[in-house]
Amino acid sequence: MIPFDYQRADRADGAVAAVGVRPAAAFLGGGTNLVDHLKLGVAEPELLVDVTRLPFDGIDTLPDGGVRVGATVRNSDLAAEAIVRQRYPVLSQALLSGASGQLRNLATTGGNLLQRTRCPYFQDVTTPCNKREPGQGCSARGGYTRYHAILGASEHCVATHPSDMAVALTALDATVHVTGPNGQRDIPVTELHRLPGDEPHRDTVLEHGDLITAVDLPELPMAARSRYRKVRDRASYAFALVSVAAALDVEDGTVREARIALGGVAHKPWRANTAEQALRGAPATEQSFREAAEAELAEAQPVRDNAFKVPMARNTLVATLRDLAGEEAR
Amino acid sequence: MTTAEESMLRANAIGTPLTRLDGTEKVTGTAPYAVEHPVDSPAHLHPLQAAIALGRATGIDTSAAEAEPGVLAVLTHANAPRLASTGNGELEILQSGEVGYRGQFLGGVIAETPEIARRAADLIRVHYERYEHDVELRADRDDLYKPEQVNPAFDTDTAQGDADGALASAAVTLDATYSTPMEHNNPMEPHATIACWTDGELTLHDSTQGVYWTQAAVAPLFELDQQQVRVISPHVGGGFGSKGIPHPNVVLAAMAARLVPGRPVKFPLTRQQMFSVVGYRTPTIQHVRLGADEQGRLSAITLDVVEQTAKVKEFAEQTAIPTRTMYAAPHRRTSHRLAALDTPVPTWMRAPGECPGMFGPEVAMDEMALACGLDPIEFRVRNEPETDPESGLPFSSRNLVACLREGARRFGWHDRDPRPGTRRHGEWLVGTGVAASTYPVFAMPGSQATIRATPDGRYAVRIGAVDIGTGTWTALTQIAADALEVSVGEVDLEIGSTTLPTASGAGGSSGINSWGSPIVAAARTLRARLDEHGGTVPAEGVEATEGMPDNPHTSQYAMHSFGAQFAEVWVNADTGEVSVPRLLGIFAAGRIINARTGRSQLLGGMTMGLSMALHEESVLDPRFGHVVNHDLAEYHIATNADVGSLEVDWLDEHDPYVNPMGSKGIGELGITGTAAAITNAAYHATGIRVRELPLHPDKFLR
Repeated sequence: MIPFDYQRADRADGAVAAVGVRPAAAFLGGGTNLVDHLKLGVAEPELLVDVTRLPFDGIDTLPDGGVRVGATVRNSDLAAEAIVRQRYPVLSQALLSGASGQLRNLATTGGNLLQRTRCPYFQDVTTPCNKREPGQGCSARGGYTRYHAILGASEHCVATHPSDMAVALTALDATVHVTGPNGQRDIPVTELHRLPGDEPHRDTVLEHGDLITAVDLPELPMAARSRYRKVRDRASYAFALVSVAAALDVEDGTVREARIALGGVAHKPWRANTAEQALRGAPATEQSFREAAEAELAEAQPVRDNAFKVPMARNTLVATLRDLAGEEAR
Repeated sequence: MTTAEESMLRANAIGTPLTRLDGTEKVTGTAPYAVEHPVDSPAHLHPLQAAIALGRATGIDTSAAEAEPGVLAVLTHANAPRLASTGNGELEILQSGEVGYRGQFLGGVIAETPEIARRAADLIRVHYERYEHDVELRADRDDLYKPEQVNPAFDTDTAQGDADGALASAAVTLDATYSTPMEHNNPMEPHATIACWTDGELTLHDSTQGVYWTQAAVAPLFELDQQQVRVISPHVGGGFGSKGIPHPNVVLAAMAARLVPGRPVKFPLTRQQMFSVVGYRTPTIQHVRLGADEQGRLSAITLDVVEQTAKVKEFAEQTAIPTRTMYAAPHRRTSHRLAALDTPVPTWMRAPGECPGMFGPEVAMDEMALACGLDPIEFRVRNEPETDPESGLPFSSRNLVACLREGARRFGWHDRDPRPGTRRHGEWLVGTGVAASTYPVFAMPGSQATIRATPDGRYAVRIGAVDIGTGTWTALTQIAADALEVSVGEVDLEIGSTTLPTASGAGGSSGINSWGSPIVAAARTLRARLDEHGGTVPAEGVEATEGMPDNPHTSQYAMHSFGAQFAEVWVNADTGEVSVPRLLGIFAAGRIINARTGRSQLLGGMTMGLSMALHEESVLDPRFGHVVNHDLAEYHIATNADVGSLEVDWLDEHDPYVNPMGSKGIGELGITGTAAAITNAAYHATGIRVRELPLHPDKFLR
């Protein structure tokens, strides 16, 4: 851990300016990921700008029926919010399945989205890692890869994004509001995170100094019947082996619309466009669900330890859709 | 001569659920753990660890570290104190630049704050000459060897009759291999030490399972008399074996303190550091063969174990030991073979030997019961031995069958359908399973207790025992009160320091047996002396000191605790997730000294058994030689959410032969057999027989 300066920001533009001018500066939210990385020597910022006191702690209904979640809203508070539990249960369930109660009390909405991808070799500065130092080589390939990606990985990196919340937001087509040195812009959450490609050190499309200020949930009536299913090695405080965020709109036994994202399978929350496409107009049957899941996973490329993730993701997606369809039928 | 019955202590305080005497201090955070002891102007140590698994540090550049403001000294093999050679390759660190395992200490930084020490340690540059390392355990290695004995002093191999011949002619046979992974102890309180040299003598506030064990290991390294090393440890946040004999962290702290004389040096390990320097349980590969007749009577039992040790220092886990005692069979064989690897040194962990050794064989018993068409309880009952199968000695007490029957009654076993994979609750497959538990009754020699009676009606009981969270403070007070025939409120117990009479450590579930016996002996002597004073305490007080009495019965009887564990397991038909909604353990372990702390110990043991069954696995990367999942986010230990209904009870077992308290020791019994019961229940739920722990969801995926 290196010595660093600490500032507390009270205005967003001031925070952006403070970080923007110093290449080795970083925003500090709840710190549940960054502080770990400071201790491990994985992150070495010279300046931390604490953004948790910025006025982004509201959860508000928008005129178009959507909901705006401020970037500093704590994960616990977002999960407990009545409007979220009623209209977007998948998001509340995803939040509550993540980390521990103590961590959720600290973690912020913006920080949760921007946690780094997870890999034990990335977190250990004594083992080579392309994400920490591009060109070093990937220690995970050929090593311990139980928690690693089966979709969208590259030869440079096979890590997975660990957020549960982001998987739900991906299924919901949320929008991320960003302010940065070059002004404000909106980014669909599906385009926020990157696949590793040949730049594995870049987890997101954000540039240095970009600050997330809010996340918008669109008006989406079908999300009132949505679900987050997380499969993990222990019942609490464990990252997903695979997870499924899904909403299903069924009419007269036929799928009208499906929203599906997978977690624990890729460098980013994985929007299951292929499965959604296969389901639209299909009968809401176990066979359709299975075919859709298999279509989504057709390109899966497991590594040494995680071949099981393909059938596990398939079964979990089928089971989640089955549950949602059954709920709809009642 | 008094008989065993006559010498047994009459229970008054013993057996009651007295609340922990140290409970208030602990829950209010005022009980001082090792590095919390108030000391003047402490310095702080952060270690330098080897980043290769085998080789030599050819150069260590400490200049940048030394230049950091606040750094007091940098320790390497170039300036480390020379240690006397005691033949302990684990502890004799920093005597050269040689590296025997990844993560081995190569030095450290002593600084004014922990942050400065950590930062400066990051600035040290080490150049290595690397040698090819070898860290992979496999059963087919051609260099497996037979150790002279297994921990602590058991025969490596045993054989009776003609096991191979009996297996060849048996009506029903089983031949299966089971395995348990590398596991790390992970007590809540990390290994932590404050070391301070004053006038050539060393004081250690250390988180240890034995203050005298630490003293005995450290003193000769620094060529000190035992009394020149003072070890203080009133409260310990768990050890699970890894704080038994000291590890290199204690030596490094003592070395560092030498460089800043008069200043105490604090050295708490990080969780990641604990994965390389304070021991672990070896992975085990257990080849079991059973042979039985048509009635399900075993004719042959063999268990051949392969496991690992470190080239730096040998540790031979006694995995086959319980198989020598559990079931009758005229033809039998056990063996242990080791691979010596370039890894950290394995050590005691949560019932070493019995814990892994009650996995494979107890799953095998379940498989064999099915093969014989028998209920697994009935199968065990049919193979209950009349005397200890190998030694032929009678058991001082053995109530395995009673535990199985009482457990079956309480669990609702009687109408169990043995067919696997036939019960469903929604998307969950449901099954039940059983396994036996056992642990030997150990008592260690050498402990002494002093009791002093004063005219104010107080009894000061002094012994260098330790409380690693198990309840020693409370249980020894109860024993002393009953031995003195006074109330617990009249007893002032002192433990946790080498300023007190010598004592063995907390290990092998032997603490209460080994500390309670001299306390009882001292109390009896004291009462005799008080009688000489007409029953009143003279102004100068009365004192008595006694050592551990010889127990003539230890050579006449086989002494073991037993138990039966029942598990209900649900396995998700879609995802393979494994859940354990119900565990029941019924034990027979002699007299339970404290019904509250005793229950907690058995609950804790079973919880660790559940954790072993479902979660625990240290993943060693053979390319680097390190444990990849070296923190508590990645190394999974059971959380509250993994533990369902957990029920513990015991039989009233009368055993006058083990010791005057009639107690057998319960620290480790609870963990033995749990993983097998859960594995057997998972088979009953799914029809999938898993023989390699842990029971991860992917093993049940279809």
